Amino acid sequence: MSDIASGFAQAVNLIVTLNPEVMQIALLSLYISFSATILAACISIPLGGLIHFHEFHGKAALLTIIQTLYSVPTVVVGLLIYLFISRSGPLGFLGLLFTPEGMILGQTVLIIPIMLGLVVTALGGVDKNIRDTLLSLGATEFQGIFQIIREARFAILSAVILGFGRAISEVGVAMMIGGNIAGETRVLTTAIALQTGMGDFPFSIALGLILLAIALVVVVCLNLVTRRYAA
Amino acid sequence: MIRLRGITKKFGKTDVLKGIDLEIKDGEIFTLIGPSGSGKTTILRIIDLLEKPTSGTYFFDGADTQEPGADELAFRRRIAMVFQKPAVLNTTVDENIAFGLKFRHTGTAEIAKQVASALELVGLSHLSGRRAVTLSGGEMQRVALARAMVTTPELLLMDEPTANLDPVSSEMIELLIKRINTEHKTTIILATHDMAQGQRLADRIGVIMDGGLVQQGTIQDIFFRPNGQKIARFVGIDSIMTGIVTKNTDGHAFIDVNGVCIEAITPLQSPARVELYLRPEEVTISLPAPSGQGVKSTRNRLSGTITKILPNGPFMRVTIDCGFPLVALVTRLSSEDLHLAVGTAVIAEIKATAIHVHAIPS
Repeated sequence: MSDIASGFAQAVNLIVTLNPEVMQIALLSLYISFSATILAACISIPLGGLIHFHEFHGKAALLTIIQTLYSVPTVVVGLLIYLFISRSGPLGFLGLLFTPEGMILGQTVLIIPIMLGLVVTALGGVDKNIRDTLLSLGATEFQGIFQIIREARFAILSAVILGFGRAISEVGVAMMIGGNIAGETRVLTTAIALQTGMGDFPFSIALGLILLAIALVVVVCLNLVTRRYAA
Repeated sequence: MIRLRGITKKFGKTDVLKGIDLEIKDGEIFTLIGPSGSGKTTILRIIDLLEKPTSGTYFFDGADTQEPGADELAFRRRIAMVFQKPAVLNTTVDENIAFGLKFRHTGTAEIAKQVASALELVGLSHLSGRRAVTLSGGEMQRVALARAMVTTPELLLMDEPTANLDPVSSEMIELLIKRINTEHKTTIILATHDMAQGQRLADRIGVIMDGGLVQQGTIQDIFFRPNGQKIARFVGIDSIMTGIVTKNTDGHAFIDVNGVCIEAITPLQSPARVELYLRPEEVTISLPAPSGQGVKSTRNRLSGTITKILPNGPFMRVTIDCGFPLVALVTRLSSEDLHLAVGTAVIAEIKATAIHVHAIPS
């Protein structure tokens, strides 16, 4: 018990003193996961709009597949991306393996299904009469779709934040694509796994606390925004 | 302004509209009345180009809206529609009203000016900054009306605009509709299942039933000269009698209804089979007078016995058996003065001109 308490004390010390290694790992994690979230949002929001606003054969099946992919194991995505970007893979010439950019690509692929599925659900939650109202007011199709996405902005923001949560907390892609190279591709989750294995509990706890703090900040921001603008 | 020719609409295997022919003139208020589910909303949606007809042609201001290359958006921007359930966007009242102008890329200063004027028109200036989703049903409907009017449409479509509103809000919306028509000369097509509203607002009325436009005409035509039993029932005519013309002198007909002779005005000659339609407010009830007293000039004086009395708002709905059932509306006060009750013997008086005679097709 005293080991845990002392581990916590040392962890807090590492954070308060802005330990350079801890900070570098935390900032790299944020950079990679934020980048992946932005990329995934840029793809998922318009794609979700296209899926929602168009009727086509196999739409229901496509949505089922997307929802199934919510829970795809991170190591499976890691493996898939590894096969694509390893030297012998079709994208091997890009030299993305064991780089932060490769990790961004992996996390983007990982979180697109959950973000896309939730965007489609968010758009489906907008009153059906809104579309007719907008068209009747003289909106072009693009103006109409843009306004409906705007109308669903809080639910879409939640989808984006959930995507970010999945990205920053995953280990499989970061480990397999990044390789956990110190100072290069080591992020919060892979560092926790490594340091715990090495018995450096204070360092692991410090990184764990930072992960939790990031989650807390994100949730608080989301709640503040929602309370400010929602009816 | 609007000309529909043979418009049909199918949803799956269901025929929602069955060959609608309709013309709407510039500046008029045309009311579509009909039971729920009869196809009123579909007609409005086709006119607003939100729905494509399965067949038929639709001309707007002389131009075919369906010819290849027709600019749907340009047509739609000359029309505005207020829906039964007003959908407001989750933003301020101001912004909700400004949408149509923003879509047309109107300048910011002009938008502010026009939104303020539209808010004033509907009496909601004090709520301009409120989030629209927090408004009451009546306020939302007024926002929807302001939002439609701010684009200065040539044609305003309104689908059951007061269906979910309290009487005060309904009256306010009706006054606005009249005002918009009078001051802005906007042509208005209004769909409603509320006949009284149709009667209050319309210049002309169309009755739609089971997807067909079964009659169109003036208020007088629809409510006093309905074209068939179904329409008669819908417009509130309870007394529908079947009879045979026994004699006709210069349009003054004597009609035998269950052995009772009714006098009415019609060119139909003997022995035409006819239906007689009589509005309940056209029947006057009195108590039988002692012989020789109170003789009146009314052509039809029918003796009968009251079989049923039901309250109907400020009136009493009295059913009298005169050899056939006849329904009359009397005020509560009259009903009390005359001590009307089930079993009371009364005289029902009807003017010959109040009866609409409809030929039964052979």
